[in-house]
Amino acid sequence: MTDLGPIKVSGLSYSYGRKVALEDVSIAVRPGRFTALLGANGAGKTTLVSLLCGLLASQRGTIEILGFDAARNLRAALRETGVVFQQQTLDLDLTVQQNMTYFAALRGLSGGRATERIQACVSRMGLDGREGEKVRRLNGGHRRRLEIARALLHQPSFLILDEPTVGLDVEARAALVDHVHALCRQEGVALLWATHLVDEVWLDDDLIVLDAGRVRAAGPVSEVLAAQGCPDVLSAFRKIAGMSGTNASVEAEA
Amino acid sequence: MTARATPYLVCLLGILWREALRFVYQRGRFIAALVRPLVWLFIFAIGFRSILGVSIVPPYETYITYETYIIPGLVAMIQLFNGMQSSLTLVYDREMGSMRVLLTSPMPRWFLLLCKLMAGTFVSLIQVYLFLVIAELTIIDLPLAGLVLLFPVLVVTGLMLGALGMLLSSTIRQLENFAGIMNFVIFPMFFLSSALYPLWKVRESSNLLYWICVANPFSHAVESIRFTLYLKPDPIALAVVCGSLVLFFALAVLGYDPKKGLVRRRVAD
Repeated sequence: MTDLGPIKVSGLSYSYGRKVALEDVSIAVRPGRFTALLGANGAGKTTLVSLLCGLLASQRGTIEILGFDAARNLRAALRETGVVFQQQTLDLDLTVQQNMTYFAALRGLSGGRATERIQACVSRMGLDGREGEKVRRLNGGHRRRLEIARALLHQPSFLILDEPTVGLDVEARAALVDHVHALCRQEGVALLWATHLVDEVWLDDDLIVLDAGRVRAAGPVSEVLAAQGCPDVLSAFRKIAGMSGTNASVEAEA
Repeated sequence: MTARATPYLVCLLGILWREALRFVYQRGRFIAALVRPLVWLFIFAIGFRSILGVSIVPPYETYITYETYIIPGLVAMIQLFNGMQSSLTLVYDREMGSMRVLLTSPMPRWFLLLCKLMAGTFVSLIQVYLFLVIAELTIIDLPLAGLVLLFPVLVVTGLMLGALGMLLSSTIRQLENFAGIMNFVIFPMFFLSSALYPLWKVRESSNLLYWICVANPFSHAVESIRFTLYLKPDPIALAVVCGSLVLFFALAVLGYDPKKGLVRRRVAD
């Protein structure tokens, strides 16, 4: 993987007290590419996501988002970043439109510009006609779509999704993965998709394998598979985790 | 208005609007907030009227009934509970994740927290004025000019108590721990103040308790409201309230700073 991508993380480390969560992590995410951050539970994915969006401050290393150093200019970096958290963050008592309007206001968008963007994003995520519905009435898959629509509202160049398929049934999960892959290609957005499910990683994606807080492999999926001499992502992950001695496991749901 | 200021105003209005919607959807919260001081006024105060006479003390120019005395304390109580309710909401938002949406906005974090504070105060003002209208229509005569003059003071006292709630929310790990706030913050603050009894009466019983009451910023909030309501603003009490507001808000901003704050581990949980 090139290290000249617009999103660059170099030598990033983070500890919770004595517990090391990330150790010397260096990654890059390229525009228009679906980059899967694959790791077992506890590998450090959510810590990395929290650092990328400024919820945690890095203790060592640097994060650069489209030329903005996140430590020095977090606000400029956040302007270019959209995030979908693992935990759902919608206001269930508000409608689709109200949730979007609130988020638009947090980004300083209002009036015609906000209305236009809300309509475009809701439509882009296939939620047309549901603007007046309370979020509580949406199913899990549609709530996730709404969160992605919300994250796209300010037209970010970098989109982070932290285990966005958690809690979805197989069908909704597959539909969401398809939808986001298409979105990434069509919008040209640099996309980081944190997951522990190998079947969400496609052969033409970029892959970062995170295990016990360290990057064990990174690059286009085909190159990682070739380097490991494995036919698929699951066996490559098992081999990598086995070599590192952690024997962490990921899932291959059908 | 400059183009630079507009996104800030949009953000402030958005947060106020969301808080107002929440307020409308959570009618139970509103009714509970109103019933609490009314119970104190119509049951506790009237019950104690004959036992607890209040002599002539500033700002009052004549003997007053006990329910007249405790009105400012009950107004401050509404704001105290509202501030703590906002703190509870912040902890809930953090547990439910919606706090992350707020904190990943590109607006300065101190500004976002200030907007939240203003939204909570806005809700408390509605509750306070509704309570005062009910009190005025039933058993108390309140000066109309005092009610008008009270508005800016209520904004400051509401912000101060909200900032305290915000500071506390940055130290609470889980929603379940909020019960501790009731026992260790709300009740001591309320009872160790001039809300229910004049401080000279407290001094007659215990000098130590008197000084604790004097040091309690909530006492100064109560006295600011009391003196302003009777058109005799107390600059010292107001200065203490303003100073406490600045201190609590600055500490709350630090508490929510991922580099220095107490919430840094919690947001990533």
